[in-house]
Amino acid sequence: MAKLKSPGELETLRNQITGQRDPNKTVVTVCNGTGCHAHGCQAVTAAFQAEIGKQKLGAKVDVRATGCHGFCERGPLVVIQPQGIFYQRVRVKDVPEILTETVGKGNPVERLLYTDRASGQKIIKEHDVPFYKLQKRLVFGNNGSIDPTSIEDYLAVGGYAALAKALSMSSEAIIAEVKKAGLRGRGGGGFPTADKWQSTRSAKGDIKYVICNADEGDPGAYMDRSLAEGNPHSFLEGMIIGAYAIGAHEGYVYIRNEYPLAVRHVAAAIEAAEKLGLLGKDILGSGFDFSIKIQRGGGAFICGESTALMASLEGRVGEPRAKYIHTSEQGLWGRPTNLNNVETWANVPMIINNGADWYARIGTAGSKGTKIFSLVGNIVNTGLVEVPMGITLREIIFDLGGGIPKGRAFKAVQTGGPSGGVIPESLLDLKVDFDELTKAGSMMGSGGMIVMDDKTCMVDVAKYFVTFLEGESCGKCLPCREGLQQMKAILTRITEGRGKVSDLKLLEELSATLQAAALCALGQQAPNPVLSTLRHFRAEYVAHIRDKKCPAGVCKLGAAKKK
Amino acid sequence: MVKLTINGRKIQAEEGTTILAAARLHNIHIPTLCENEAVAPYGACRLCLVEIKTAKGRERLVTSCIYQVEEGLTVATDTERVKGIRRVLLELLLARCPESEVIRDMAAAAGVTRTRFEKQSGNNKCILCANCVRTCEEVVGVAAISLARRGVDREMTTPFNEDFSAACIGCGSCAYSCPTGAITLTDKGGVRTIVWPHNRMQFALKKCPVCGNYWAPQKQIEYIAELSGTPLSDYDTCPDCRE
Repeated sequence: MAKLKSPGELETLRNQITGQRDPNKTVVTVCNGTGCHAHGCQAVTAAFQAEIGKQKLGAKVDVRATGCHGFCERGPLVVIQPQGIFYQRVRVKDVPEILTETVGKGNPVERLLYTDRASGQKIIKEHDVPFYKLQKRLVFGNNGSIDPTSIEDYLAVGGYAALAKALSMSSEAIIAEVKKAGLRGRGGGGFPTADKWQSTRSAKGDIKYVICNADEGDPGAYMDRSLAEGNPHSFLEGMIIGAYAIGAHEGYVYIRNEYPLAVRHVAAAIEAAEKLGLLGKDILGSGFDFSIKIQRGGGAFICGESTALMASLEGRVGEPRAKYIHTSEQGLWGRPTNLNNVETWANVPMIINNGADWYARIGTAGSKGTKIFSLVGNIVNTGLVEVPMGITLREIIFDLGGGIPKGRAFKAVQTGGPSGGVIPESLLDLKVDFDELTKAGSMMGSGGMIVMDDKTCMVDVAKYFVTFLEGESCGKCLPCREGLQQMKAILTRITEGRGKVSDLKLLEELSATLQAAALCALGQQAPNPVLSTLRHFRAEYVAHIRDKKCPAGVCKLGAAKKK
Repeated sequence: MVKLTINGRKIQAEEGTTILAAARLHNIHIPTLCENEAVAPYGACRLCLVEIKTAKGRERLVTSCIYQVEEGLTVATDTERVKGIRRVLLELLLARCPESEVIRDMAAAAGVTRTRFEKQSGNNKCILCANCVRTCEEVVGVAAISLARRGVDREMTTPFNEDFSAACIGCGSCAYSCPTGAITLTDKGGVRTIVWPHNRMQFALKKCPVCGNYWAPQKQIEYIAELSGTPLSDYDTCPDCRE
């Protein structure tokens, strides 16, 4: 394909692609996200291709390996389009029957259908499954319908139309639109995206950079991974629009090397976009130049922090620095730099396409749009869900997530990753947005939700997260390095029955010191798991210390004495 | 010049100076361990935290070794909040380096005589402030030592954790810049010994043919000669005996 020289040529190509596709032709979409890979989706995809050849159905049926659909619990997932027939836990041996029965005769294969837990009814269509029905999949929706390695697929669903539109707008108009939409950063901080763009744009300097933070590291969080694997063009398009608005000509995707599929798909997407002239010199004939390079991260949690990420990108040790001078003024190589994460960038094209007013109608007063959460832990429907801001925790955990397995009771949910906090049952009707979660002593973070049942010990949970953070502390500043080590020691002695009554005050004092004195957000937020469990489950700490009992039956309090 | 207030005293400081440097010029004491004016600000020990209020009214805690003075800034170096945080930091340091007199004295000055935290094993006096590493790289330009690993495993060491650093010229800047005496230097019988937390290095000292004193490590002289492009013979006699 030749380089596109104008928005008109882009539309011509789009029409060519959609014109060649019969909307009524059957497409077997097989989820090829990482979760389904673990369930064996590659073999299922290959079986469909082989069987279609064997049954000579090539003219009637296409097979498409798509990105993650989100319902990881029930993988491998197969959806027969255009009808939207939803099959779960599909095995290689099921493939011939799906083709002869469903594709050939239009009959659903009963045993592969999803059974509604409440009614016991079989559900045929994907959009009727409660897990999907209650979602609002604006960012994540195309993951299930496109092949992430095909730029044609992305163009067929309207891809890069927002870029063409943005290039006809002024930078100020784009930033004003994002501002009016109320988009806030999805990486954890929730900082208004347009303000960040504006400060980078206004900062002195000819050379500016934009970076996509794909160094997702929270345990249990994998929404950025699924987007980068399943629909890489969506966030690349957002980056190009942002770069144009900011006045940057070079961009980087800083991505974890532990995400091999994402690295491959993003690299392929950049190459495909370059070939079509959507990246590189004179994008769509606009005169705007912008290129993107991939930088793979070496597996340090701290490199998700902006200044550490930039240090690592420069080839130095990934350690943070004080941010009294913002990275929007002095970031990568001392130049003004704008950093947003994958999900934030992926929100940009739809704001440009549909307008700020449309976007701002979704969500709450202070938090607009949707948010992707990863539901993990003691939950029936493990997976990724995209919901409008303002939905309650109860709806996410019970209506979408299907509640707690094995008939157990809900105890708490940890939101915001290791630096977030636990939220007890009494706050389940809390409306989920940036500000409400912060008020409850937790945070949005990148959107991890770890659900815990009544067999979970909250002191043990706090110890788990503190241990994680202690291992990921870079060690540069004293309170984080020594403080987390001591915090772990205190929590360890409490869980081993050696706790002292004075330990609770010591934990609180130490926590306050980290919050105030640590160099970066990792250390400042590290006490959150301890403080939130102390706030909501203080009685459990007291039971460990005073009664030498673990109410949840997790901690072996006699262990220390036997030694 | 920038006008600001520290602990109620109105002072002036040059633009670009840090709060800590401005305070020092006016004899206002702010405790610190990792600050060294010869190298770039780092902000690791956090002891120099102060409370500030900007001209716009924003209040926050900042490290005074990094934060630069600005017009209308109000600084308080010893509020109850600052002192409370400093005391916990000193307790953490006492648990890490119980052998360090510098830390014991600093803690005592802040009213901290014991620590509630568990004493750390394998202690020495190193607080991992990187003064030695930063001086070696930024001032000497040698980078013979580095910090390795992260978090609680962090340590000052030589490249590849070897016993001997081939790049080291024996200048002893690491020992001079160490705030806690974790690195020591002794010159005896024509040999300089530098003891790092994990090993020791020895260097032959050059003897002045005029006064007979040992005056610098041979390796350092070679390094300076090469760096300045001067012949090695210029360095036969010590600076005191040179014409």
